Amino acid sequence: MTTGMAIDIRDLSLTFETADGPVYALSKANLAVKPGEFVSFIGPSGCGKTTLLRVIADLEKPTSGSITVNGVTPEAARLGRQYGYVFQAPALYPWRNAEANVMLPLEVFGYTRDERQERAKRYLAMVNLSGFEKKYPWQLSGGMQQRVSIARALSFEPALLLMDEPFGALDEIVRDRLNEQLLQLWAETRKTVIFVTHSIPEAVFLSTRIVVMSPRPGRIIDIIDCDLGEKRTLDIRETPEFLKIAHRVREGLRAGHSYDD
Amino acid sequence: MTERIGTASRVILRGGEGAFVPVVTLTALILVVWYLACPPMNAVLPQLANVQGLGERYLVAWGLERPVLPAPHQVIVELYNSTLGTRLFRQTAEGMVLNPRNLLFHAWVTLSATLVGFAIGALLGIGLAIAIVHSRVLQKSLMPWIIASQTIPILAIAPIIIVALGSIGLTGLIPKSIISAYLSFFPITIGMVKGFSSADSMQLDLMRTYNASRSVTFTKLRWPAALPFLFASLKVSISISLVGAIVGELPTGAQAGLGARLLSGSYYGQTVQIWSALFMAAILAALLLALVSLAERLTLKAMGARR
Ligand SMILES: Nc1ncnc2c1ncn2[C@@H]1O[C@H](COP(=O)(O)OP(=O)(O)OP(=O)(O)O)[C@@H](O)[C@H]1O
Ligand SMILES: [Mg+2]
Repeated sequence: MTTGMAIDIRDLSLTFETADGPVYALSKANLAVKPGEFVSFIGPSGCGKTTLLRVIADLEKPTSGSITVNGVTPEAARLGRQYGYVFQAPALYPWRNAEANVMLPLEVFGYTRDERQERAKRYLAMVNLSGFEKKYPWQLSGGMQQRVSIARALSFEPALLLMDEPFGALDEIVRDRLNEQLLQLWAETRKTVIFVTHSIPEAVFLSTRIVVMSPRPGRIIDIIDCDLGEKRTLDIRETPEFLKIAHRVREGLRAGHSYDD
Repeated sequence: MTERIGTASRVILRGGEGAFVPVVTLTALILVVWYLACPPMNAVLPQLANVQGLGERYLVAWGLERPVLPAPHQVIVELYNSTLGTRLFRQTAEGMVLNPRNLLFHAWVTLSATLVGFAIGALLGIGLAIAIVHSRVLQKSLMPWIIASQTIPILAIAPIIIVALGSIGLTGLIPKSIISAYLSFFPITIGMVKGFSSADSMQLDLMRTYNASRSVTFTKLRWPAALPFLFASLKVSISISLVGAIVGELPTGAQAGLGARLLSGSYYGQTVQIWSALFMAAILAALLLALVSLAERLTLKAMGARR
C-alpha cells in the first residue's frame, strides 16, 4: 500500500448528516506524516481538528477519500491497539482512582499486576502526580485529571499518540513544564505524535510540522515545516526563527478566518 | 477495611441524628391521631353503646377485646406476647422446631420466601437488562412482554401459579418465591437497562480505542457505571418482594407466614393479630431496606463516591 508513512491521508472528506442539513466537517484533506514526526493541528473552533483525529483513530468513518495508519486501515490499526488517544476532556472513570485509571488499558491488554502497578507509578510520576495515586477524579483539579488521562495514554507505550488539546485546561506554568516533558518523551521514544492545540507558541515549540486548518468546510490551508533543532528549551520562544514561524502560523489562521466574512 | 466500615457507620449515624427529631415528631403525631380515632371507629360495637362520658368512652375503646380498630398499645402488647412472650422453639418427635405460636416463626417463613424471591428477581432482572442492552432484536421482542407481565394484577395470577405449581408437587417456599420474583424483577430490569446505558460516549470511545471486547467493556465500564442504578432498583424491589411473598400466602390457606396470620386473623375477627402481623411486615420491610441501603453505602464508598 503506502510507502512507510505513519499516516497517509488523501482527499479525505467527512460530512455529518444532521437534522438541519449536512455539516462539512472535513473537505479534501491531504496529509502525510512520517514515523517519528510531531505534527500539530491548529485552527479555529469547529474546523474539524477533533473530527480528523477521530477518523485517524477509527472512531469516525470518512465519507470519501482514503486514509492509512501505519500502512493499514484505521480499523486495522485500532484492532492492533497501535495508538493512544487523549480526549479533549479527561474521560476518567469516576469509580477508579488515579492509579486505577492509568491501569485501565493495562488491564484490558492483560499486563501482569506487578507491571500495571510499576507503570502506573512511573507514568503518574512523569506527569507530576506522584502522591496522588489514590485520589479519585472528583478530588483532582481539571488539569490534574487531564494529566491522569495523558499518563493513561502513555502507559502502554503506543507507537502513535493522538492528543486532542491535552493541555487546554492547564495554567501556563504547568503547561510549559508538560510541553518540555512531552518534547523530552518524544525525543527519547520517537513516537509519532498528532497534537491538536489552540496555542501558536505551543504548536511551534513542540512540532516538526504545523497543519493550519480553517472551518466551513474544514480543510487544511497550510502545512508549515518547523524544525527548531533537537535540543530545544523554552528559551527558544524568544528567538527570531521561532517568531518567524509563529508569525506564519498566525497569518495562516487569519487567512482562514477571513473566509468567514 | 475496618477503617472503611468505621467511616460508613459514622455516616449512617450522622444521617440518623439528622433524621431523629422529624421521625419522632411524625411518629408522635400518628399515635395521637390513632388514639383519637379509636372511639369513633369502634362505635358500632355493643361494649361502647351505652357508655356516655367522653373520658370513659376513650378508656373502653382503648381496651376492647375484639376491636374494629385496636389501640397502638394493644398491638404492641400483642407483638410482644407473640414474639418474646412465647417460646421460640418447641419439642416434637423430630426434635426442636420453631414454634408456630410465635410470630417470629411466621416472619421467618415469609422472610425466607422473600429473600429467595428477591434473589431470583434480581438475577432475572439483571439478566434481562444485559440481554436488552446488548441486542436490538431482544430489546424489541422482550420489552413488550416484560411490560405486559406487570399489567396483570398479581392477585389474579397468584392463585394460578400456586395451583399450577402445586399440581407438579411444588408447594411452600418455591411458589411464593416465584410470585415474589415475578413482581420484583421488573424495577430491576428497567433500572439496569438505564444503568447499563449510562456510560457517556467518551468513556465508550475510550474502550473502543483499546479494542476492548464486549465483555471487557461490560465488566470495566457498563457494570460499574450501572451500580448506582442497581441499588436504586433493589430498594424498590426488596419491598415489592415482601409484598409478593405475603400475597403468595393468601390464596392457599397456608398455615404459616405473615400472609396466613393476616388471613386467619380476619377469619376469626382477631384484629389485634392482623395488626401485629402488619407491623411485623413493616418491621421486616424496614430492616430489608436498611440492609440494602447499607450495602449501597459500603459499595459506593468503596467506589470512591463523594462523601
Ligand atoms: N457527531 C457529530 N454530528 C454532527 N456534527 C458534528 C459531529 N461532530 C462534529 N460535528 C461538527 O463538525 C464540525 C467540526 O467539529 P470538530 O469537533 O472536529 O471541531 P474542532 O476543530 O475539534 O473544534 P474545537 O477546537 O472547538 O474542539 C463542527 O461544525 C461540528 O459541529
Ligand atoms: Mg475539538
